[in-house]
Amino acid sequence: MSEVKEKIVSTVDAGTTREVVVRLRDLYKSFGDNKVLNGFNMVLHKGENLVVMGKSGSGKSVMIKCLVGLMSPDSGIVEVLGKNIVTMDQEDLDELRSDIGFLFQGSALYDSMTVRENLEFPMRRHKGRFKGVNDTLPLVREALENVGLAHTMDLMPEELSGGMKRRVALARAIILKPKLILYDEPTSGLDPITAKEIIGLMRSIQKKYGTSALIITHDVDCARVISERMVLLVDGINYAEGTYEELVAATDPKINAFFKK
Amino acid sequence: MRPNKDLGMAFTVQIIHKTKEFFIEIGDLSYFAIRFFKQAVRPPFEFKELLKQCYQVGNRSLLLVMATGFIIGLVLTLQTRPTLIEFGAVSWMPNMVGISIVREVGPVITALICSGRIASGFGAELGSMRVTEQIDAMEVSGTNPFKYLVVTRILAATLMLPLLVIFGDLIALFGSSLVEFTKGNVSFRLYFNTVFEALSYGDLVPATIKSFFFGFVIGLTGCYKGYNTGRGTAGVGIAANTAVVMASLLLFVVDFIAVFVSDIFYEL
Ligand SMILES: Nc1ncnc2c1ncn2[C@@H]1O[C@H](COP(=O)(O)OP(=O)(O)OP(=O)(O)O)[C@@H](O)[C@H]1O
Ligand SMILES: [Mg+2]
Repeated sequence: MSEVKEKIVSTVDAGTTREVVVRLRDLYKSFGDNKVLNGFNMVLHKGENLVVMGKSGSGKSVMIKCLVGLMSPDSGIVEVLGKNIVTMDQEDLDELRSDIGFLFQGSALYDSMTVRENLEFPMRRHKGRFKGVNDTLPLVREALENVGLAHTMDLMPEELSGGMKRRVALARAIILKPKLILYDEPTSGLDPITAKEIIGLMRSIQKKYGTSALIITHDVDCARVISERMVLLVDGINYAEGTYEELVAATDPKINAFFKK
Repeated sequence: MRPNKDLGMAFTVQIIHKTKEFFIEIGDLSYFAIRFFKQAVRPPFEFKELLKQCYQVGNRSLLLVMATGFIIGLVLTLQTRPTLIEFGAVSWMPNMVGISIVREVGPVITALICSGRIASGFGAELGSMRVTEQIDAMEVSGTNPFKYLVVTRILAATLMLPLLVIFGDLIALFGSSLVEFTKGNVSFRLYFNTVFEALSYGDLVPATIKSFFFGFVIGLTGCYKGYNTGRGTAGVGIAANTAVVMASLLLFVVDFIAVFVSDIFYEL
């Protein structure tokens, strides 16, 4: 097991001198007796698309929540955009978070607000930048146009389909032009065609704004299309790393289990 | 003999366990209240959201409070009438009903109605926001969800409950005067004049202060249960449900303390 991991890690890290955007080192997190993360390590480089795959309940969402400070790890280092999240005070954390876009697993649109208000919500913190009401309109429109839903501005979330909700949530995640976008299962619960659309949008957003992206998924097709590099989360650790092709070719049964049809 | 002993044992263990849970819960709730006070005094203040919540609280319960108040006033008067007539004291009706409604019945009934309406509403709203990660989403976008969701709701309940109580009282008195008008031929004017003459500040002020506390308790328990909802959609139902139970229980505790304290002031 460790042999495979060693080998694959070395092929990826060789010659990498790109700037590091996220670094997780020896991350531990447990809930009571349920040990979820057992020393998880991961690095995300600037401009990179990194996919983290793992079974349902393996702790992917927990990992990504530690990354934005929604949960604090029991121990370990969480470094985002060069800053240590764990030891940061609230003010700095909020400031840092405006550079991070987060797409939640279930979209998490505010259901008492219209689509427009949903998109304006992240701008509340930056009152200085957006004084007038009409200041925000071009930004909202741009973000919605990016996901092809400019006409839904005044609808309530309950009036949207699941796929549309996901797209609005994507628009909300990118509205402040973040440097880093975190996607928690962007395609889960969607039909294959809608899922493909979402993946297309993610790619076009990355091309347009040059963001780094961390994508959590258990959808192999999504991983194949979008990943430059992959990390497999098994038993709470980064069990294997490599490109899609490298991992598909691996002989380790635990790795193979992910790609078997 | 043995099974009985085991049963008794299990029962005792159960009681100890429940008692322990109860005190832990009270501790958590107190911590939640402290967090509320800390956040409430620290800027930025969410005035717009506060107004919206005040409107929601009023809008949600006004009709129900009015309907209940009317019926309580009606029933209270109808049922005491025969007794008062027997003692030849029916002219004391406005004084008696007025004082009991303003001092005790109005605030308590209104608060109980509102705990069913507002506490459960807060529990369900915040609970579903928690379960669907909307609260996490707020936090990630740099808005303090405790301040935006919890502080505004608790303040709204605290500010609105006294108003609702006043409304409820007035409607209850109207219901009572309606009975007196039809059965005893007492004019509305005479009825209300008598009531307002009978009432002193010593009746109004403690009742109003009490209402503020009732509102606070309702808002606090509703938000506490909703904000700390467990994972999964089942948690939302549990949050709404337990919020009402807890709020109603605490209302009686607060009422008891309030009566106790205002009694001390009367002595002075
Ligand atoms: N707040 C919490 N309290 C207690 N246990 C939790 C909490 N959050 C997550 N867990 C537990 O941690 C484990 C990992 O959960 P997580 O949500 O990270 O899974 P996941 O990999 O995202 O799965 P999925 O693909 O289904 O989203 C699960 O066993 C879950 O029960
Ligand atoms: Mg998850």
